[in-house]
Amino acid sequence: MNALLLSAVWGVVMMFSSFLLPQKSAVRNLAIAGLVLVLVVNILEMHGTVLFHIDTRGMISFDRFSLVFNTISFASTLIYFLLSARDIEKAGDHYAEYFTLIFFVLCGVALVSSFQSLLLLFLGIEIISIPLYILTGADKKNLKSNEASLKYFLLGAFSTGLMLMGIALVYGATGTFMTSGTAAVVTEKTAPSALLIAGMILLMFSMSFKVSAAPFHFWTPDVYDGAPTVFTSFMATVVKAALFVGFIRLFGDSFGALQPQWQLLIAIITAATLFIGNITAVFQQSVKRMLAYSSISQAGFMMLSLYAMNTDAKEGLILYTAAYSLATIGLFAVLIKLKDFSFDGFNGLSKHQPLLAATSTLFLLSLAGIPLTAGFLAKFYMLKAAMATDKNFWLVIFAVLMAAVSVYYYFRVIQAMYFKDGDINKNISVSPAFKGVLVILAALVILLGIFPGLLLNWYYF
Amino acid sequence: MIAVLLIVIPLVSGLAAFFFKNEKAVRSWALFCAVVTLVVSVLGLTMLNEATHLEFNGPWLANLGSSFSVKLDGMGQVLCLLTAVSFPIVFIATWNSNYKNANRFFGLMLLSQAGLMGVFLAMDALLFYFFWELALIPVYFLCSQWGGEKRIQVTFKFFIYTFIGSLLMLVGIIYLYQQTPGHSFSIDAFYHLNLKPSVQSWVFWLFFAAFAIKMPVFPFHTWQPDTYEQSPTAVTMILSGVMVKMGLLGVLRWLLPVLPVASYEYGDTVSTLVVIGILYASLIAIRQNDLKRLIAYSSIAHMGLMCLAIFTETKIGLQGVMIQLFNHGINIIGLWIGVELIERQFGTRKISELGGIAQKAPALAILFVIIALANIALPLTNAFVGEFLMFNGIFSSTITKYNILLTVVAGISIILAAVYTLNMIRKVFYGNTNSLTERTHDIRLNEKIILAVIVAVIFILGIYPKPFFELTNNIVDTIMEKSDMVPFLKRH
Repeated sequence: MNALLLSAVWGVVMMFSSFLLPQKSAVRNLAIAGLVLVLVVNILEMHGTVLFHIDTRGMISFDRFSLVFNTISFASTLIYFLLSARDIEKAGDHYAEYFTLIFFVLCGVALVSSFQSLLLLFLGIEIISIPLYILTGADKKNLKSNEASLKYFLLGAFSTGLMLMGIALVYGATGTFMTSGTAAVVTEKTAPSALLIAGMILLMFSMSFKVSAAPFHFWTPDVYDGAPTVFTSFMATVVKAALFVGFIRLFGDSFGALQPQWQLLIAIITAATLFIGNITAVFQQSVKRMLAYSSISQAGFMMLSLYAMNTDAKEGLILYTAAYSLATIGLFAVLIKLKDFSFDGFNGLSKHQPLLAATSTLFLLSLAGIPLTAGFLAKFYMLKAAMATDKNFWLVIFAVLMAAVSVYYYFRVIQAMYFKDGDINKNISVSPAFKGVLVILAALVILLGIFPGLLLNWYYF
Repeated sequence: MIAVLLIVIPLVSGLAAFFFKNEKAVRSWALFCAVVTLVVSVLGLTMLNEATHLEFNGPWLANLGSSFSVKLDGMGQVLCLLTAVSFPIVFIATWNSNYKNANRFFGLMLLSQAGLMGVFLAMDALLFYFFWELALIPVYFLCSQWGGEKRIQVTFKFFIYTFIGSLLMLVGIIYLYQQTPGHSFSIDAFYHLNLKPSVQSWVFWLFFAAFAIKMPVFPFHTWQPDTYEQSPTAVTMILSGVMVKMGLLGVLRWLLPVLPVASYEYGDTVSTLVVIGILYASLIAIRQNDLKRLIAYSSIAHMGLMCLAIFTETKIGLQGVMIQLFNHGINIIGLWIGVELIERQFGTRKISELGGIAQKAPALAILFVIIALANIALPLTNAFVGEFLMFNGIFSSTITKYNILLTVVAGISIILAAVYTLNMIRKVFYGNTNSLTERTHDIRLNEKIILAVIVAVIFILGIYPKPFFELTNNIVDTIMEKSDMVPFLKRH
């Protein structure tokens, strides 16, 4: 509750800062300070200090899962601000508004991770989506950015329509918007009605669209590629992770009892997502677009938690979102500094910027799931969770084979940085502070890869 | 404590090596640390060989049922000793090679040593998997950065191959973990599993994929000759001498005792693949003109023989494998050193361009020929002991109906080995000198010493292999105990 309100309020504060504060750096620092505050009050809430008591009639519940996840997403955003705040300013003319919109997105993130009512899920997703449409089109003079924004808006609106339809059908079948109410109806009835199943499937499809699972992924590469790179970074990490948390909450809390009905469907969506994401990523020539497809393939792995829907899955999703967000944010931060987004743009980076190359390598290893990095344990948890369902072993084996494919395109970047020569990166300059944050980020990735308990214990204690 | 030191010393010294500026200094540092590791390993073998020193159990990932448990058992002793011996030998033998960014080169070498030690010591399946992957990463960078012309593609192929294998193994590990009563990754829990034969059979292939690619077994071998050829020779030595042993250790420690019924059922299938591989590799080796590729194919044949001896599951055969784990490593490193010395002097590895080296470089010729003869298992050499026992085992195997056929076909490979090895020696060292080899000079003192040490080890172990048998007796008994229970298990 703390973070939900404070992030909304801080969004408004940032809106006014643009004409009250004359300097860009002041706006930036205000945003960072606000985010630190949001993070701190969220951690306080985990320790039992609730600042605002508002009766929501049980429509919002900040339980352990949502609080831990919020901490991860605020911490990721903080790192994102520290690394890329200057680049956010360069994305377009209205730098303060970008921070405003990001704070509103965070507000939506807090809502999506804690909803108990389908209406609030809808509200949360809209609060996330609308600022993102604007951010995608932030680079107004760039045709690709405009195209991406329009595409994202049209398709997003369509999938929101599907979601509303689904919510309406579920309401028709159960007579309630509350997830607990739906769950009660689902559990008591022996055979679920066609209305309920139809509603559930519509919800599944619209959520799959939001997390860019195949075959609803077609918007992802174009939008991620067209949007200004700083915002792609934010969209592909914090936002996507939050939507996954919403997805798993929705299906765990409302439709948990119907798992036999939807499990196979989710398994097929998972396999398709893994296949399309990985295979298409192999053929990309631009690292930015490759990362867009890689985000689809990583979504495929996260879908495994939805498929399994057990304790391992929830723990695993927490770890996965952290591992994936940290590594991807770091990678995008380095990518923004480069002039050329093709694979050749990374040539010889290790010679001119050894630290950037070394940390990027670590992030790539983490995304590929190599042991000692957080990415490995994250994938490990997902496989373990899927294995614990004791059926559909083909899915697990398929997932690891696709993980092996992912090595191909992640390592192409490593090869360019270390084994190919080039002077294209001779003149890039990065500040010591940027390097410092990158090193901290890399340390976090390794630390979570050796002691995941540091994060997961929060979930229990 | 010894077990932990064997991992920690190379790990820490490897990380430290990255911060060296001076090439000479980092070289000496790497050698010094490798020697320290060797001393620790020898101490573990001799003075501090009580269980308290050789075992360590630390908490790690407790809520996953995993722990940092490492232990030096008999097989671990043999392989850790091999690892500990190999690195100083490699460092001294390549002392005169120059590397760009030497600090990174030696840092990665030491890190790969840490990974290898971990694989040989881990007594926890998840830890084993961790090290299994970690040993690979430094090698990937070593080969891609300092290798030959086609190094990037070739190493990438090698990496993807092994990565697919290990991921399949990971699925197998997680499956077995789910089956253990208390959800544990410890090796004891795995050994106490009594899985149904139908389940064992598909888990078997998940594990076998990883090990077969690593060894490599036909038809998963295609990465191997290219990688050996393109890698810098120092790395090839580690790859072929030590790293392939990861596959054999995997089979011996994590496959046979855990899935005895499936190992029994599929013994013949594996043996068939292996025998095809042995013949195929030996025949190709005869036709090779490149010294490195010749030794690479010869290594496939030798590894295949060891794999065959393992899957025919006899006590005597396994004893042979245990000693051959060490012998093959030492011998092949000796061969690579010879190749490296020749290549450095003449700038070529083509057999057709060489000749008559023995006239000008007698020391190199004598030492290299002895090692080459050990490679074809001549009596009095170490490999003879191992291969004799292995053949004995294959012949007397009771689990396969085709024991005589397997022995005959594998025996042909020994003849073929003599053909290509002796042919290579004749063409490279004897005959007339040509314009290239006219001004040959003999090898340096450090190189002489290293080759002499290897030759000494070859003879000592050829005459007195007893200590190795005593060391590995227990391990062989554990494996055989499981194997002997198979007929009983199958009835259930």
